[in-house]
Amino acid sequence: MMDPILTSRIMSDVLGGLTNGVMYGLVALSLVLVWRSTGILNFAQGAMPMFATYLGMGLLSYHLSYWPCVAISIVAGFAIGGVTERVLVRSLYGKPEINPVVVMVGFLIVLEAVASAIWSTTPRGLPSPFSPIDWQIGGKPFGLSDFTLYEIVTGVIVMVAVAALFRFTKLGLQLRAAALAPEVSRLLGVRVGRMLTLGWMLSTAVGTITTVLVASNYFTGLTPQVMDSIFAFGFIAAAVGGLDSPVGALVAGVSLGIILQFVSDYLNSNAIIIVALIFLIVSLMVRPSGLFTKSSARRV
Amino acid sequence: MITIDGLSVSFGAVQALRGVSMSAETGKITAVLGANGAGKTTLLRTISGLKEPATGSIRMDDRSLIHERPENIARMGVGHVPEGRGVIGEFTVEENLRLGAMMAKVPLQAGLDEQYEQFPVLGERRKQHAAKLSGGERQMLAMARAMIAKPSVLLLDEPSLGLAPLVTAQLMHTIHDLCGSNNLTVILVEQNASSALRIADHAVVLHLGRVVANDVAANVAANEDLRQYYLGMVE
Repeated sequence: MMDPILTSRIMSDVLGGLTNGVMYGLVALSLVLVWRSTGILNFAQGAMPMFATYLGMGLLSYHLSYWPCVAISIVAGFAIGGVTERVLVRSLYGKPEINPVVVMVGFLIVLEAVASAIWSTTPRGLPSPFSPIDWQIGGKPFGLSDFTLYEIVTGVIVMVAVAALFRFTKLGLQLRAAALAPEVSRLLGVRVGRMLTLGWMLSTAVGTITTVLVASNYFTGLTPQVMDSIFAFGFIAAAVGGLDSPVGALVAGVSLGIILQFVSDYLNSNAIIIVALIFLIVSLMVRPSGLFTKSSARRV
Repeated sequence: MITIDGLSVSFGAVQALRGVSMSAETGKITAVLGANGAGKTTLLRTISGLKEPATGSIRMDDRSLIHERPENIARMGVGHVPEGRGVIGEFTVEENLRLGAMMAKVPLQAGLDEQYEQFPVLGERRKQHAAKLSGGERQMLAMARAMIAKPSVLLLDEPSLGLAPLVTAQLMHTIHDLCGSNNLTVILVEQNASSALRIADHAVVLHLGRVVANDVAANVAANEDLRQYYLGMVE
């Protein structure tokens, strides 16, 4: 029979990894949403939601409670995504692939610099309504708290909602069609430009929910760089799962989260970036276009 | 009814259409024939708004289609089945049809039932991805997807391309039936002139972007010079 302490440790690692993995999966999902609809790899996918989160959660200073601020952050995410697509991204369609990469990296730097100038780089604690204290089973911490449950449940709800939107609604059908076959979609009456804007809005809103969850963590807080490392792991998850595959992004994100949690616990927390990169390289060597994608490899 | 007058279209220095004038009547099939590079596909793409003309006018009944976006023209009732069919391979048969039904004024299920009755093979394969259909089945799906929106004008670009002769014959029969039963204005672009002329009421022959013949289909089919020099129908 397995040692109860070891069992508890493994369970704790799985749950901790699952929590992180859901966050990576959500970032990967938001990257996939933009890639599928516009063929652009949005390097500002962490910074845009960060800005929206500051705008919404900043209202906590005006005695607004947590949940209205979350709702306002998400609305700000929708707005920032839409405005970015219309003002910045639309001129990049059809241009050489390096152009959007350079522009979006530049946008990331600008957003983080502006956020630092306005709100400073000091972490801003968000008053999460859920306790971060681990549950205990037999007097031992279980690796799950009210807060981590909040993160996991919210993440799963968002994933299911996005999947249902794409699979079962008219809007989802149009979003997918506009991404896969823009010209044919226009011939069928689909307003393709509007769908592309909506894709960016949706992606930034999903990113904003992720940022709110990450920044609500008692140990993290909100900073202009809050999403940098999460974005890096989310990016790896998207590349491993396949930039065309929402399911791949989620599976790779959760898998990466669990693997890295074990690496951090049993090897060294400094080794996680090395292991993440090995995970990326090996996966791409086995299947260059991603583990779950159906299309051929594409240069990015 | 579609009325085109003095239509010219350019791709940079290359003029694809040069002052094309023609009309397509309601409830009739108008075949647009000619060799490769004659401007047939450009004509359809200009009608559906994918290409902006340099000069000329296009009217559907009393409404101008010039400067309208393709999605607006589709919403006005112009269905366009593009060259290569344009079915979305990643979608199932039913998802392709649901997409086509977006603009339909009839309930979705009624529209689906009608198309499955017209094209029974699509009903059998409703859950199958379109990429897995044969060429003939894809063409049926493309036509069903256009028809489910109840268009008043149907533009068909090379529907017989890549199909076996027997399948082409069935397809032409279906186009003829659809036109008659729905009182459609059909503009049928074809390189397979003999198949198209069998079902067309009217025919327009293009050569290097100009109209070289515009007559009832039977007259075009009987004109030896047209058959030999422009349609490649050598006996």
